[in-house]
Amino acid sequence: MFYQKDVETMRRADIEALQLQKLKKMVDYCYNNIPFYHERLQEAGVTGDKIKTLSDIQYIPFTTKDDIRDNYPFGMMACPMKNIVRIHASSGTTGKPTVGVYTKKDIDTWAELIARIGAASGVTDEDIIQISFGYGLFTGALGLHYGLEKLGATVIPASSGNTQKQLMMFRDFGVTGLVATPSYALYLGEMVKESPYPASAYKLRIGLLGSEGCTEEMRTQIEKNLHMFVTDNYGMTELGGPGVSGECELRCGLHFAEDHFLPEIIDRDTLERKGPGEVGELVVTTLSREGMPVLRYRTKDITRINYEPCACGRTHARMDKVMGRTDDMMIIKGVNVFPSQIESVLVGMEHVGPHYQLIVRKKNFLDTLEVKVELSNGELLQSYGELEALQHKIHDRLKSVLGLETKVTLAEPKSLERFQGKAKRILDLRNEPEE
Amino acid sequence: MQIQQISVFVENKSGRLAEITEALAAANVDIRAVSIADTSDFGILRLIVNKPKEAVEALKAAGLTVSLTSVIAMGIDDHPGEFAKAMRVLADNQIGVEYIYAFVSREHGKAFVILRVDDSERAVNMLRENGITILSAEEIYDL
Repeated sequence: MFYQKDVETMRRADIEALQLQKLKKMVDYCYNNIPFYHERLQEAGVTGDKIKTLSDIQYIPFTTKDDIRDNYPFGMMACPMKNIVRIHASSGTTGKPTVGVYTKKDIDTWAELIARIGAASGVTDEDIIQISFGYGLFTGALGLHYGLEKLGATVIPASSGNTQKQLMMFRDFGVTGLVATPSYALYLGEMVKESPYPASAYKLRIGLLGSEGCTEEMRTQIEKNLHMFVTDNYGMTELGGPGVSGECELRCGLHFAEDHFLPEIIDRDTLERKGPGEVGELVVTTLSREGMPVLRYRTKDITRINYEPCACGRTHARMDKVMGRTDDMMIIKGVNVFPSQIESVLVGMEHVGPHYQLIVRKKNFLDTLEVKVELSNGELLQSYGELEALQHKIHDRLKSVLGLETKVTLAEPKSLERFQGKAKRILDLRNEPEE
Repeated sequence: MQIQQISVFVENKSGRLAEITEALAAANVDIRAVSIADTSDFGILRLIVNKPKEAVEALKAAGLTVSLTSVIAMGIDDHPGEFAKAMRVLADNQIGVEYIYAFVSREHGKAFVILRVDDSERAVNMLRENGITILSAEEIYDL
């Protein structure tokens, strides 16, 4: 289903013409309204009319998270505060939060972007959607809230936490759709399975999960437990929140809203632009934002872009599910390790649960990786050897995927932490004194 | 002649055994025999109790991974050579032993041996044919 079919199925040449026209305007808008960009663009000698083709974007300097942080809170704002109607911010786990400001038009556009994603996943005005993202400064909850309302769905602003109440609302309100982080959806699924109500008491059919990565294996697990079809969507505070890209019902990549965002892929070391289908860091330029536009923002997310039209009819380019964030990447004994690789091994494996924790330590100047996973049932308790065989099996699969020795620890069920927002599964103790 | 043994997965964390046995105490479960095998990371606690069903419920409610396993219990005289006699019977009949634990009862003047073997039905028959006492579930639970 489409929310704005004419835009979402534009011919590629038309998309590019629109992007070029908007990019030229955006460069001048930033130059004229944001001192940071004024200086940067002047240094680089770039102005709107110097941009003749889309590939001329390469002459524009990158914007990084540090640039945004250095200009905290409102240095990247392009218009006076009286034009701003909303302020959001990221959690700021590594220092000051990242602020995003929105004009009235930004809020409208954002809702449109989300309505597109909702329709693309199959949400209709008949759906009752429970938003179990934490409400507050976080862009996820209000972003999805406004967009799904725009689509005509019934929205329940449940926020996160109080899991039994979440289940009660599922049942009593006849909730058909869930918005949550994949880790919280996983936990809700566990609770639904354990609840004394039959599966038929739950009417869930569709899940829009986002704000953190989710492997195919974990998605399958969530779908199994909650009996719903799950799509992934993507965004970040720096780009205005969710709505940058999202999956259609065919789930073969996340469609960018290319009329509002211009994506590129670069090599994260050489910073050179990469071609279609090549894996690298995603860089995004906002083409419509008024409050806080960004030019060539380095997302630190690793993916690739496919420009072929999709079988669903959409022509907007698709990105692969994010393979990992350069931020999440651990370097262990010189080997690059993404938690998603470990997750793909653990989720769906028999006898162990989908929750896990990764602990990195330094022992005698060498990195070690411990993978903790919960034993989910008692079937293997008959014999000690079977438990050891399970440990070895996990160890061997991890070794073949990561090329790295790990220490696999079996933990008691429900002993690992559950998350209601974004999961924090990595514990890096390498800078702590040795145990 | 099968006895229900409870197996509990235990993480190697201090205080864990105390918590588990406290859960059993709270359910008013009496422990007959206990054994624990461990590595550096985890162990399997094996228990023979007077009320297996209640014990399993209490442990599950405490969030533990639990399973029930059938084992056999033999009662032998507390004299040198008696245990060897029983092991010989199993060996001659090619019955493999997975694990064993034992306790002595002063009251009965007997040693009780809990056995997990690969073919418990045949083991029971062979041991009995050779004059070794096999205890029923009730006998063990009521000790």
